[in-house]
Parts: sequence; structure tokens; C-alpha cells
Amino acid sequence: MTDLTTTPTPGGKRHSYGSLLDESPRTKKRNAAETRFRVYGVIAISIGLIFLAALLFAIVRNGIPAFTQTYIVMDVELTAAKLDKKGNRDIEDIKKVSTFGYNPLIGTALETLVAENGVETEINKGKELRDMLSSGAAAQVRFAVIDNPDLIGTTQEFTLLAGSRVDGYMKGRVDRESLARDPNLSPAHLDIVDALAADGTIKRIFNWDFITGTDASESRPEQAGMGVAILGSFFMMLVVLLLSLPIGVAASIYLEEFAPQNMFTDFIEVNISNLAAVPSIVFGILGLAVFIQFAHLPQSAPIVGGLTLTLMTLPTIVISTRASLKSVPPSIRSAALGVGASKMQSVFHHVLPLAMPGILTGTIIGLAQALGETAPLLLIGMVGYIATNYPDGVASGFLDPNSAMPAQIFEWAKRADPAYYERAWGGIIILLVFLLTMNLIAILLRRRFERRW
Amino acid sequence: MSLTKLTTSALAIAALTATTAVARDNVQVAGSSTVLPYASIVAEAFGENFDFPTPVVESGGSSAGLKRFCEGVGENTIDIANSSRPIRESDIELCTENGVNDIIEVRIGYDGIVFASQIDGPEFTAFEASDIFNALGAKVLVDGAIVDNPHTQWADFNSDLPAADILAFVPGTKHGTREVFEDKVLLQGCEDTGAMQAMMDSGMDEDAAEDACIEVRGNGITVDIDGDYTETLARVDSNPNGIGVFGLAFYENNTNKLKVATIGGVEPKTETIASGTYPVSRPLFFFIKKAHIGVIPGLKEFAEFFVSDEIAGPDGPLSDYGLVSDPELEATQTKVSDEEAM
Repeated sequence: MTDLTTTPTPGGKRHSYGSLLDESPRTKKRNAAETRFRVYGVIAISIGLIFLAALLFAIVRNGIPAFTQTYIVMDVELTAAKLDKKGNRDIEDIKKVSTFGYNPLIGTALETLVAENGVETEINKGKELRDMLSSGAAAQVRFAVIDNPDLIGTTQEFTLLAGSRVDGYMKGRVDRESLARDPNLSPAHLDIVDALAADGTIKRIFNWDFITGTDASESRPEQAGMGVAILGSFFMMLVVLLLSLPIGVAASIYLEEFAPQNMFTDFIEVNISNLAAVPSIVFGILGLAVFIQFAHLPQSAPIVGGLTLTLMTLPTIVISTRASLKSVPPSIRSAALGVGASKMQSVFHHVLPLAMPGILTGTIIGLAQALGETAPLLLIGMVGYIATNYPDGVASGFLDPNSAMPAQIFEWAKRADPAYYERAWGGIIILLVFLLTMNLIAILLRRRFERRW
Repeated sequence: MSLTKLTTSALAIAALTATTAVARDNVQVAGSSTVLPYASIVAEAFGENFDFPTPVVESGGSSAGLKRFCEGVGENTIDIANSSRPIRESDIELCTENGVNDIIEVRIGYDGIVFASQIDGPEFTAFEASDIFNALGAKVLVDGAIVDNPHTQWADFNSDLPAADILAFVPGTKHGTREVFEDKVLLQGCEDTGAMQAMMDSGMDEDAAEDACIEVRGNGITVDIDGDYTETLARVDSNPNGIGVFGLAFYENNTNKLKVATIGGVEPKTETIASGTYPVSRPLFFFIKKAHIGVIPGLKEFAEFFVSDEIAGPDGPLSDYGLVSDPELEATQTKVSDEEAM
């Protein structure tokens, strides 16, 4: 045996490849394969990053304009003869003057504005000049007067919404050529817009109404906002949270800690995993059949949306909760039981607190998924509905028809006016901000509280 | 009112509110997606001008809307169904079955559809439905036999028409206008030319023959436009031989670029469309559940506001958006204020 280990022949086979530092053909091949694999990896990641960058660029470029809006600052004379014919400032009489009664006042004010600014134009009738303003402008003035009837008889400065074509022109979406074919506004109006924009009478300011306002009809894209849809989503998420967190956590604790291992629990486990992979539209039609057609809950209501999304979120929460319960080491349970704790005490005093960060993260991810879900909402009537009313209170928040953020975006993208297209992109930005915030909270919770063994 | 009556009614009201989740104070509207923009414009203006909350407007299609409308009477059913077609016998039967007896039919105006071409293009000024069918139908009748459409020029089948290549921009299948175009023009032309009869003689049943009649040839000769009329106009603008299908309001705003063709000798105008002599149009309706008037606050006010001159009249916002105002609007207004059921 000794000669084998001590005297390797110098010209023997094992040394035929020379020094260790020289790569043999096989090593070279292996190293090349590794380098190639790394390059593939870098290419895959770069492609992913390029797509992400292109997506973000498109969203920001198309959506940012929705966050500013064009207004016209002008003095409107609130003629007493028109607004309060009896002259006794009775609020009921003042309310009888509809927005159509305010239109001529605004028309006259625009004529004055154009004349004062010395704009040369062939359009001199108030009715035609009014095309520059949103048709909601009259309501703006009317609400101001109803809030404060003392304004009647005075001249007040108003910041009125400009029409969507004027807004589009200020944002570079509309030009003279496209207006030549547009019955809503003529290129001659744009000459006036140019002159008024030069001295600051027409200005673009940050559009809070886009975030807090209500949806509008198809003829007034300039007035539409996400506010009501955000509330709808909020009430839906409240339902999802209140139902899916307790049910999901209770179910997982029982399955993980107490349930006997038998055919029946195996069957339940398989089903939960399968449910998590069921397409969301299936939950939508289930919601339609069970909650609306059978239980007669109101159509388009956030409570129905919330219940439907709860069905969808439950499996996600159960799976993540069970995973985090499993990750608590058995020694913790044994130690608790060893000092005389009951099974329940060991779970609620020791296991559950340690599993909590994981449970919360899973819940937030599940909620974020539910927040962006559109397909089930199509079937329960939350799409194709015009969200123009804020809920009056908590009960009506749950029960009154409403839209939801993704449904609102879908609705806007469908509408004909290009100004709505811009708002759909803007809506996506708001939705993404919400989703990113929720994911950020999930990450922070995990970082802050996670325990490793 | 006696004390017993008062108590009973109070109890009845209490029971009613207990059974339904919350008392509803807003008007609920659902139905046709063609009427949806008009209804939402009115709902918005209504919310601005009255103390009632803005009515809730949903789409979903005429038939779906009428089905929900006929589900019954009560706060959890809708008050108004929008429809781009008249109510059918089957709808009324469903309604009666569920206790919805008194329905007020309100015609808000008309949707008119015209054929127009470039103003400097060939003389397309008079069509019959049969001409359009011969030019655009997938299968036509030639010498007594049904064949794949062989015509390449309008003059091939009607010497009164210009010898120009056939090219038409028709609304895509997702447009409601497409249905009117199919029913009122292609099907009519199919029947007029005898192609329908020939198809049925060759063994097709009526439905199959109708389906074959409304098929267009495609192949670059008919182009489906899924966008709006502005896109159709741009196409017609760049093709001198092109014929486009437009809404009347759109044509009237672009008379400097387009010339319109008569159908069956009738010029499309507000009056001819409203009187029905111009064939390619359809009335738009909404239906009110009479049992809800006085129960749902603002329902009657909303209906009256919808058909008022300020809204539905020729200078109103609906007309600005493209509705052909009904010349008999006054009769409709009386009908609504008298709550005259069908």
C-alpha cells in the first residue's frame, strides 16, 4: 500500500494536465458555461428593467397631465334682476334659478373679459365664448350664490373650470389642426386662449379635484375625479379586512395547531391551495349568484364587492398565516407546554405573537391584490356605473352603489373623449401610489418585527 | 286620517324600512349604453339644480336594463330603464308577471344615421337601401342567383350612380349604430332586391337568410371603424371615393367637408328623422315605473327635467352631444307631467 501513496510517478497520468493554475479544456468549458449563464441572467434582468422603465415612463408621461387643470379667472357680475327677480333674497327663490339662468351672466362676463384684454376676434357672442368653459362652470357660480346670497348684485372674481378642449390645448394634446374638425371649439377660440394665457387669466394649477372629486358625465371630462371611487375602494377593503383577517387566522390556527391529521383535513388543505389559484372572475360570478341574486344585497354596493373580494383573499391569507405559524420553532411550543401552559395558552401567548409579522404581511399583500382587482367587479355592477355621489355616512358607504379605483380607470379608458384617456392614466398613478404604500408597510412590518431562529 | 289608519300605515312603513336595508333617496337608472351619456349629462345637471341627490346611472344594455326594471316594485328595483329600442311584448309580460303594471314611456329624441362623402368627391347624393346592399353586401342577387358580391363600381348595378370604386367606412360591430345600419339599410336592401327571397328559396330559414343579408363584404371594400366619427371623417377625407356612416349631428357640424346622400329620396334632417320619413334612425327611450313616483324622492322631477326644453330641446346640452331633438317634445312633457302610463 505504501508505494501507492508515497511515490507518484512524475510522468504519470495524474500530472499530464500540468499545473493547477493552467485551465484544462474541461475547466475552460465549465467556466465558459458559468459565464454564459451569468450573462443570460444579466440579460433577463435588463429586459425586465427595460420593460419596467418603459411602463413607468408611459404611465408618468400620460398620467401626470391629469394632475393639473386649466382654469379661467374672471369677474362675473351677479345681476340681481336675473338671479333674484323678487328682490327679497329668499333662498327658495334664488334656488329656482337654474344653471341655465347663470349661463348668460357668464357669457356677458366673458365678452367683457375679451374686450378688456383687447383680443381681436370674430367671436363676440357670449354663447360662443362660453364654449371655452366647462359646462359645469355655471354650477360653480350657482353654488357660490346659494351658499352666500349676499353676493347677488355684486361683481365677484371666480376661478372657473375651462373646457376639456382648452385644457387639452394648454397641455399640448389639442392643436388648431385637430380643432378644425371639432364642433366643440374653433381655432379662433384658441387665439383668445393664447392672449389670455399670456397675462395669466388662463392658468394651469394643481388639480385637487382629480384626487378628491366625483366622476362626471361624458361631456365634462375636465370635472371628473377619483374621490368617490377611492372611498368605494376604501369601504371594500374595510369589509375584506374585517372578514378575511379573523376568519383566515382562525381557520389557519385551527388547521395548523389543533386539527387532527386525517383525510378530511387533507381534503380541506388541498382545496384551500386550489382556491388560491382560481381566476378572480370565477369569484365574481359566485358573488353575483350568491350575494346579489340569492341574498338580494344591493347591486354595485361596496359591501358586495368586499364580500366577493373576501372570498378571493381568504385562501391567500390562510396560506401565508399557516406558513408563518409553521415557521415558529416547535421548541417554543414545547417550552410553553413544559411549564404547564394549556395548548390554547401556548398558541395565543407564544406562537401567535411570534407569527404576527408574517400574518400581517400576508394580509397586506392579500389586500393589495384585492385593491387592484377588476374582474369580479365587472360582474357585480361596479363597472358601467357613474360615481357622482359621495356616501352620506358609514352605512351608505357600504350599501350605496359605488365604483372602485380599478373599475373607475376601466370606465374612463372606455369613454370617447381623449381627455378621459389622460385621466385613466392619472388614475393608474393614484392606484399605484396606494399599492406601493401598502407594500411598503408590509416590508417595514417584516423588517421591524421579524424574528429569525 | 283616523288613529288606527295612522298606526297601521306607520307600522307598514316601519316594516318596509326594516325589510329593506336603507331607505333610498336617490333615483336609480340603468339600461342602454347609447342612452347612458345622455342620461348621465341630465343626472349631473339635475344634481346641480335640485336639492335631490344626483341620480345613479348605470349602463348594461337596453335588454338588461328592462329586465332589471321588470324585476318588481320596491326600493331595491330600479326606477327608470333606458332603452334604444321600444319596449317589447315579452318585456311587458315579464313586468306584469312581477307586478310592474304602469309604465310611462318617454321618448327623449332620435339617433339619426346618415351616409356622407367628401364634398368634392363623386356625385353620391341619392341612394336607395338596395344600392347600399348591392354595393356592400357579402352575397347579392345577380341574374337570379345568389353569388359572392361581384360589383367593383357603383355604376355596375345602378347606372344612375357614378362610376367610382366602391369603398365604405361603416361603424364597427361594437357600435349601436351598426345594428341600425344592418336592420334599416342592409336588411331592407336585401328584401328590396329580392336577395332575401332567393336565399329563403334556396333552403335557408328566415334567421339564416337575415344573418346572410347583414353580412358586409370586408376585403378593404367595407372598412369597420371602431373609433368615433372623427376617425370616419378622416378616412373619408383621404379617400375621394369613400362613403362614411355618420351620426346626423356630426354631419351637421361638418357640412364644409361632407355632402350627405338621400335615402329613398328623403333628405336626412331633424324634421324628416323625427317624423320617421327618413328611414335610418331610431328613437331613444326611457321607461318610468309609475308605482315609484311619490315614493322615490325626485323621480318625477328628474323625468320632467330630462324632457324639459332646456335639456332635451334643440339648443340643450343633449342636442350638443348629438341627440336629434324630438319635435313633439311638448307632447312628451305633458305625458310625463300627467304620469300617463302605456
